[in-house]
Order: sequence, then structure tokens, then C-alpha cells
Amino acid sequence: MKHETEFEISFDGGPVPARQGQTIGAVLHAAGIRSWRTTRFGGRPRGLFCGIGVCFDCLVTVNGTPSLRACQTEALPGDEVTSG
Amino acid sequence: MTYDLVVIGGGPAGMAGAAAAALAGLRVALVDGGPRLGGQYFRHPHSAEPLRGRFPRLRAAVAGRATVLARHRVWTVQREDDLLAVHCLAGERDERPRTVRGRRLLIATGAHDRSLPFPGWDLPGVLTAGGAQALLKGDRVVAGRRIVVAGTGPFLLPVASGLAGAGADVAGVYEANRLTGIARRARPAPAKVAEATGYALELLRHRVPFHAGQAVIAAHGDTGLTHVTVARLDRDWRPLATRTVECDTLAVGYGFLPQLDLPVQLGCATRPGVDGSPVVEVDAGLRTSVPGVYAAGEATGVGGADLAEVEGLLAGRTVAMDLGRTARPAPALARRRRRLTAFAEALLRAYPVRDGWRGWLSPGTLVCRCEEVPYARVLEARDLGALDSRAIKLLARPGMGWCQGRVCGYAVACLMGEAPQPPRRPIAQPIRLGDLADQPEETP
Repeated sequence: MKHETEFEISFDGGPVPARQGQTIGAVLHAAGIRSWRTTRFGGRPRGLFCGIGVCFDCLVTVNGTPSLRACQTEALPGDEVTSG
Repeated sequence: MTYDLVVIGGGPAGMAGAAAAALAGLRVALVDGGPRLGGQYFRHPHSAEPLRGRFPRLRAAVAGRATVLARHRVWTVQREDDLLAVHCLAGERDERPRTVRGRRLLIATGAHDRSLPFPGWDLPGVLTAGGAQALLKGDRVVAGRRIVVAGTGPFLLPVASGLAGAGADVAGVYEANRLTGIARRARPAPAKVAEATGYALELLRHRVPFHAGQAVIAAHGDTGLTHVTVARLDRDWRPLATRTVECDTLAVGYGFLPQLDLPVQLGCATRPGVDGSPVVEVDAGLRTSVPGVYAAGEATGVGGADLAEVEGLLAGRTVAMDLGRTARPAPALARRRRRLTAFAEALLRAYPVRDGWRGWLSPGTLVCRCEEVPYARVLEARDLGALDSRAIKLLARPGMGWCQGRVCGYAVACLMGEAPQPPRRPIAQPIRLGDLADQPEETP
């Protein structure tokens, strides 16, 4: 097994532990953060659903870039994730 | 540069197809949206590539022979005279358009979970079965502490046993079908029986109860899942008696839907599969109805990784022969494909989706998660004269959002009493308008 680098990203300013190669969706979900956006009409909380890039429920803003699929975006050290 | 063959999809079918074609002397590019090869079945963590089994063998066969283009998401495919142009978005955050051209194209785009709507299915904590599996296999994240696994199909077993083995408290597996006589009808190969037995033993070891003829018909919670309603079902999946099961996570899936955006864009003929969902029509050599375009794996009918690999091997050989290379006939491979196809079709018949799920919906249940279209609005549109799912989409907007109906399309078709149609999506991945207007660079 390759050495697994551990690092931190932030979610709404708070630190969240991550391992190299994990997606942002996996990092948040593992930390018990299960929702990071609300829907346009009903304001319903959403997070991971399909987990493989199909449903777009897990859209997230990373370092200011909006509408990234959390389940498809690899976490990088220092990433600033914000809920929306 | 122009390749002899461009393969789209780096799962078992695509890897096998790329390897077979490259071994026959073709210049091959293998394009996949993910960060590494494997697709869903061979999904593995960044730090722990499998060292045994079929994945390392396939990867070794591909490596050095084919050009692997990972993190390339294909948004459209076009014919350009004698060539096929595969238009991709490369990278993740700083994505850029790139085009890969080939004389032949093999589509091995796999499948995703088939979802059915039910009250509360959009609560955080409700995941598809495939989503829970992807978290576990790719990220080594156990989806929750106390997990209910529900839906239908043989895939629920590896999901439940994987979660239990990783330390989750799996409250139960709820299989909507009753599975009477399945072993007799499907006549599984000994290896398949052994695999199923392995999962059953793992569930037994972790004291995970398996309930056939039961389903999760509602999920509850305020900002996240806290419990589900489980129902005993009649033969048509109408709820009989219900009870509550506490859980923080639900992994739910009702089989799989092939991803057909690209073959439909190219005009490949489809046919209704055994389970009613459309699949790409192919001949014994995995040729589609469009000259130069081949399909393998779940796109030709959901059948699992073994069948996908065999189809990939056959497709790669066919492409080589069609381009004038010599390839010895492979009657054993063709026989294996027929046997695995028969088994896959028997499984699809043993795990149907029955109409009674419609009775699980209440007026406020979201049918379309993206556009937040409740069941009541679908019924309203129908009463206004929308007679098919296309008219419903225009009036009530299910399928108009980000996912473009990938999640709700099957359910909407069922609610309208029609057979699910092949998807018409001219753009298979979201693309920025600026990128759409730009001339993409050639790869590599």
C-alpha cells in the first residue's frame, strides 16, 4: 500500500480531516456533514445521493468555484469548501 | 493524432476492449471520466490498487499498449467524415475541452442505479446502493453508523455485506421481490453460487437480517434521515403491514440503468431490454447499427462485470478484424457470452420492478429531485392533458434540471404508463458556454 497522505480542508471555516485521493463529498460525509446546499424552491438540504456523478445533488463551492460535483472532485490540501 | 480505436469507459468492458484491440496491433485510446481506471466495479482507493484478481491483469494488458486518458468526461460524440470525434472536458476544476479522434469507437459507458421515488428520498442520509458502495470502495468511507439496505437485485448483497464487514450496524436488507425459485430459473454457475454464499455468510456472521418481499416505502427526518418505514409487500409491491426502523443511512437501489447518451447521440438503434429499459442493439461482434461504432458491457444490457469483460474482449477483436487485422476466431468467448447473457437475463426477470411502488407516493413526494416536482404536479399536468412523459416534462418540468432526467426519467415513464424511452441528451456532461464556443485542442 502506498503511503496515504493526510491533510485538512475547511468547510465553512471549520477544519475537516481528509486523506489523499478522497473526494470532497466523501470527506464531508465521513465527517458527519451530510448536507452542504439547499434547494432553490423548497430550501431542502442536499448532499450525496448517487455518489457517482449522475444526480448533481452534491453540488458544492470549492475555493470560490461554484457548482462542482462533490462526489467527483478530489479534495486537495487547503481546499475551502463553502455551503450554499 | 488519430487513433484506430477510441474506447469510452474504463470499467471491465472498456479495459478488456482496449486491451484486445491493442494486442491485435491497433492504436487505441481509452477515455474515462474518473481519476483512475476501473469504473464502478473495480473502483479502488487512490492508495490501494488491487494487486490480485482481474483488475491488475486487465490494467497490465492496457498499460503501455493503449493511451489512457483519465479525467476525460465525454460530453458529445460526432462523426467527421470517416472519423469519430470524441469531445471531452479534461481535468477536474480547471477543465478544458479536448477532442480525441478515432476510426472506430467502442462505447462502454456502464450503468448507474435505477431509483424509485418515495416520501423522504431526498433527505440527506438516503443514498443509492451504488453510492454507498462507491464511498466504501473508492474512499474507504462507511456511509453511516446504522444502515438500512433496500431495493431489489443481487447487488444489495455485496453492498450490505461490505458495509457490515467495514463495521457498520446494518439494520437489515429489504429485498422487495420474493425470490421464489430463483436458483432454478437462473441456473447460476458454481462461481456465482459461491459468491452469493459468501455474501450470505458474511451477513449471517454480522447478524444482518435479510427480508424478502419487503421494502422501504418512506424515509423520515427533519434535516437528515432518522428512521424509515418498512412495509411487507404483496406480489405487486402494494404495502400490507408497516413498521418503523431507526437508521441514519439508507442505501437503496432498484437495479441499474445503462448510460446510453452517447450511442443515442450517434443514432445507434436501441431495443427494450429484458427489464423494459432500453439497451443498445448489437450483433454477435458487438457492432451497433451505426457503422464504426461498437458497444460492450452494461450498455448492451445490464449483466455485471464478467459479462462486460467478455463483451469487451469480443468487441476489441471485432474492431481489429474490421480494420483488417487477423484475429483467430474465439468460439469459446462467444459461448461464454451467450451463457452469461442467459444468466443475466434470468436475474433481471427474477428482480423486476412491480407497479405497486406508485402507491408509496403521496401528493407531496418529490418525483424530480432537481426541479423539486412533487407527484401532485405530475398528476396535475396529466389532468391538463399531458399524455406522455415528454409532455409532462414540458408542463411540470421533471427531468429539466441538472441530472437531465437520469434519476427520475424511469419513474416518470412508469407513472405515465409508458415504456422507458432511450435518452435524448445532445450534451452528456454540463459544459460552459465559453468552452462550447471554443475550438478544442487535439489530444494528446
